[in-house]
Amino acid sequence: MSPDTALPDRSTLSSDKPITLAILAMGGQGGGVLADWIVALAESCGWFAQSTSVPGVAQRTGATIYYIELLKAPVGSRPVLSLMPTPGDVDIVMAAELMEAGRSVLRGLVTPDRTTLIASTHRSYAVGEKEKPGDGIGDPGVVVEATDFAAKRTIAFDMELLATKQGSVISATMFGALAGSGLLPFSKSDFEATIRAGGKGIDASLRAFNASFERAQAPKRDAISRTPEKRFSPLPGDAWHPKLNALVEHIKSDFPEALHPMLFAGCKKLVDFQDVEYAEEYLARLNDLLQIDRLAGGEPKTFQFTLEAAKYVAVAMAYDDIYRVADLKTREGRHDRIRSEVGALDHQIVYTVDYMHPRMEEVCGSLPRGLGRWIEARPKLFNALDRIVNRGRRVRSGTIAWFLVLYMIAGFKSHRRMTLRHEREVAHRESWLKAATDVLPVNYDLAVQIIRARRLVKGYSDTHRRGTSKFDRVLSAIPALVGRSDGGDWLSRLQRAALLDENGIALDGALKTIATL
Amino acid sequence: MAERSFAREVEDLKLGEGDIFRGEGILAITKALLQSGVSYVGGYQGAPISHLMDVLADARDVLDDLGVHFETSASEAAAAAMLSASVMYPIRGAVTWKSTAGTNVASDALSNLASSGVTGGALIIIGEDYGEGSSIMQERSHAFAMKSQIWLLDPRPNLSSIVDMVEAGFALSEASNTPVMLEVRIRTCHVHGAFTAKSNKRPDYTLRQALENPLRDTARIVLPPASFAHEKEKLEKRLPAAIEFIKSKRLNEHFGPQDGSIGIIVLGGLYNSALRSLQQLGLADVYGQSAVPLYVLNVAYPLIDDELTAFCANKSAVLMIEEGAPDYLEQSLNAILRKRDIQTRVSGKDVLPMGGEYTAPVLVKGIRSFLETYARHYLGNQPPIADPSAVLADPRVKALTEVVPQRPAGFCIGCPERPIFAAMKLVEQELGQHHVAADIGCHLFSILPPFNIGATTMGYGLGPASASAFNVKADKKSISIMGDGGFWHNGLTSSVGNAVYNRHDGVILVVDNYYSAATGGQDVLSSRALNPRRKTNNSIVSAVRGIGATWVRQIDRTYDVARMRATLKEALSSTASGPKIIVASSECMLNKQRRVKPLFNEAVKRGDRVVKERFGIDADICTGDHACIRLSGCPSLSVKHTDDPLRDDPVAVIDNSCVGCGNCGEVSEAAILCPSFYRADIIHNPSRLDKFLARVRETIISWLKSRRDSRRIVFTDGAAI
Repeated sequence: MSPDTALPDRSTLSSDKPITLAILAMGGQGGGVLADWIVALAESCGWFAQSTSVPGVAQRTGATIYYIELLKAPVGSRPVLSLMPTPGDVDIVMAAELMEAGRSVLRGLVTPDRTTLIASTHRSYAVGEKEKPGDGIGDPGVVVEATDFAAKRTIAFDMELLATKQGSVISATMFGALAGSGLLPFSKSDFEATIRAGGKGIDASLRAFNASFERAQAPKRDAISRTPEKRFSPLPGDAWHPKLNALVEHIKSDFPEALHPMLFAGCKKLVDFQDVEYAEEYLARLNDLLQIDRLAGGEPKTFQFTLEAAKYVAVAMAYDDIYRVADLKTREGRHDRIRSEVGALDHQIVYTVDYMHPRMEEVCGSLPRGLGRWIEARPKLFNALDRIVNRGRRVRSGTIAWFLVLYMIAGFKSHRRMTLRHEREVAHRESWLKAATDVLPVNYDLAVQIIRARRLVKGYSDTHRRGTSKFDRVLSAIPALVGRSDGGDWLSRLQRAALLDENGIALDGALKTIATL
Repeated sequence: MAERSFAREVEDLKLGEGDIFRGEGILAITKALLQSGVSYVGGYQGAPISHLMDVLADARDVLDDLGVHFETSASEAAAAAMLSASVMYPIRGAVTWKSTAGTNVASDALSNLASSGVTGGALIIIGEDYGEGSSIMQERSHAFAMKSQIWLLDPRPNLSSIVDMVEAGFALSEASNTPVMLEVRIRTCHVHGAFTAKSNKRPDYTLRQALENPLRDTARIVLPPASFAHEKEKLEKRLPAAIEFIKSKRLNEHFGPQDGSIGIIVLGGLYNSALRSLQQLGLADVYGQSAVPLYVLNVAYPLIDDELTAFCANKSAVLMIEEGAPDYLEQSLNAILRKRDIQTRVSGKDVLPMGGEYTAPVLVKGIRSFLETYARHYLGNQPPIADPSAVLADPRVKALTEVVPQRPAGFCIGCPERPIFAAMKLVEQELGQHHVAADIGCHLFSILPPFNIGATTMGYGLGPASASAFNVKADKKSISIMGDGGFWHNGLTSSVGNAVYNRHDGVILVVDNYYSAATGGQDVLSSRALNPRRKTNNSIVSAVRGIGATWVRQIDRTYDVARMRATLKEALSSTASGPKIIVASSECMLNKQRRVKPLFNEAVKRGDRVVKERFGIDADICTGDHACIRLSGCPSLSVKHTDDPLRDDPVAVIDNSCVGCGNCGEVSEAAILCPSFYRADIIHNPSRLDKFLARVRETIISWLKSRRDSRRIVFTDGAAI
């Protein structure tokens, strides 16, 4: 055999392999602490351990990865370990957040032949998800499906919540889940000794560790859904007030049962927003719409049009004005809710400072319509008043004087129907409903989508104007779509586009596409 | 470095002969410096070598004991110039920085140093910021070593090898009168490992001795004719001396069998990855045994021709593994073999990618391809190679690309730079987009969502300089940004001085957060903390006025978004000549919290009346448009879905990580967003007066509320069915 074809001598090569472990976390989550614990644990048990990371810059929130190799090496040997995970060659992946679990799969670190995935199922939303004017949150179901497929075994539950409950942080619960998984050949007491040797917050860490250790052994997984289930209250048998009972009776007698939950939700909202009569107006308007829906053949479609109208007419009627803001800020229960949100203890005192910035537009809108219009017609006066009104106010709503101001403003809400804003809201609402009902007999699906487009109108001041402008632009496509059987789909697409970015760039693109249909 | 303690790490520096050091690579290097009898250490902080500086800054007693001078240099150029102490005197010195960014800055001094040559060992620790986790341009520092003739060490990434190489580096420097660079990659700096320590060593010759016995020699000064003599000396004396040293001390290593038809030459720093790849191919094991001959270059420059020739001579082909472009080593090897007429085939970037990090999968692919061509029989009996491609090709996994969000590093919770960019975005909404020249530092995160501000970045402290061409009559001015770190590093002269002298009409925004924040919170000249060992509290405003700027505005609370916006607008509309300079100052929140939190907790424990502020949102009032988030991006300002059947979009919510910086409230006020934000002032240990007032207020307010509630007719939740 010539030297060129002599086989390499593999006879002396050892087949030992290290246990490989990758931690995916976000900056500030304590991934480094967890990695240090695992290394200290292994070393204390006589194993050889190497960890490394690429934390990069000091700032928080960025996705980071820590990588650890553990080897029971003979004394005197000098293992050569890798400084980075090899996709397809990782035994344990620990993800400190749901999307990071997804990222670990995308990086090829999780493979069905060997990887156990230990993941916290909580979400910490990325800026890209949060900043969308609509709902930009990624679908967790996609992650669950991918990890179920890619991982050999998955231990997934909300480790963040569990840690918080025990007054600790997620590194402790993740360490507990690792111990509970039984994947490392170290005893529970070895794990605990590592935490004790660490120094800070030992008791809380141990509590969190133990809770997670137990939880990791339970086979059940936390159910994950993108949105919580909507809370529909059943119609009350007795609402403890004749007027409210009458309202409930109207729902029952005038509308098909499928519409009841949404109508009741609408009524509840409007009674709270204004009064019982306002909710009666709502039911009356919805009754009209139901009749039109019936004529347009809505019955086999379970009155989808009316159902959507029940939702969005209620939203439109409960518009945001200064009376509503003042009312909500002076409600019973608000203070207690805030106290619990900020975690105040019983002996602590909490005051709130509310940030408000009314403009003359809002003030004018809240005036009786004649007066409001009169001022609006005089730009000089309007601007002069605006200079007085239009500034940021830090309202110390826990003091008597400020509370009284808000309280009195809220008290004026009984006169809301006389205001300029109300008149404009009614006009806007009616023209929207007219657009929808005009289309309804011709193109049922499109009419439903016209109703849904009301979702775009939201916010205050500039935000409100931008939303209204998007709403108008979306509805401007009606004439082009009314004759198309897929007109409803198109309008729905326009709405989705409108919620993608602040300035409606995607919407303009979609409108151009429609123009070419 | 006021707000973080490295006391535990300092203990590691005190380890003595035979003790086992356990810790990070960069800390091992720090310890190795002390074991080598170093006299002085300098440098400029930056990932991945910040830790070296931070720990030494806290290690005063250790350094004083040994008589070691440590300083935080003003820039890498200052650090490199510091090595000048080793030119005339037998003093060992070391400096450190992030490379190639820092080496660029240092290269003026480095060229001079390399020309003069050194008497005492001069070591430059460069954190090679290349590959995953890097925050700078992707280049090789290798070129600097070659052009200035500085030896470049690239040790195998385990603590013992690195520590040995630090000590060898000093000796090599002295043996060849040449400065030496020691290159460590990001992961190596952060690798946790162990080595057997030696005692620290006091320098043989001290700085004090040198100062009191000054030496000079015109032949060491870079001026003709000495500079020509230096070049000759470099090539004829220093290079051969270095080669001799490297050979005799066996700094490069051989592994695996003596003979084989093929071999692999690998840079020391890539050895572990190469070995893992060979292991996957069934040609090595985890204890470093290899079935393939390996020649490991712990010295990346100079190459030792004889060693390379000997390694290649009896082989049909060798593979050169070097990361990054250009392929300097492969080119050199080709030239060496060609000159000696050795026909061994050289493989390298033909089977490996020209650029990018050499991860194990990349190397497996390259080595396999090399073996397929030159030694197919090596590939028999190989174990199955880790391969996630089938998993990655599955539609369920592919679907993840749609939902897994990008998560770049961003401004911290409560960051004082956030309101600055919120104000800039508001100005942009009003006056249109401007050309914005960005700089290096935390503030560069402005280029990411939600702010999307900043067009270019040209180097540390060079933001305003990079806008200097835009000094013509136009309806819009340029805006350039620079942090306090960049300002003191280079910006005062290169950017502000330049703009003043040339009467630049743009706006310069200096973001002053009291620290060199992006590198870990080290002090700078204008830091507000009192640092007993440094002179801090030097005003940026005085500095720019001193250099001739006239239009200068100081904003002492960046969270005042309205004022920030007004000042920016004033600057943009000013007709004054010369740069319009705004210094926007507020303390880095990460460091402020490190400082304030323990004090606050102590005060609470003591029973003092203290107020904690944090923000919240009335979910009923939030309409789910998220305009507030588009002007913030704060990690504590998030969204949540509600169970309200009338709502489609998630509402904004502030979680418990809020530090009450005020940005949310100020932004909603300045941008007229919505009235849903509130600040909660939580009074800990309320005084008697507090309690009295609270009781009175609560009584009256409760009465008012119940009065109204008694008239309100509403459905109560959970009403009887």
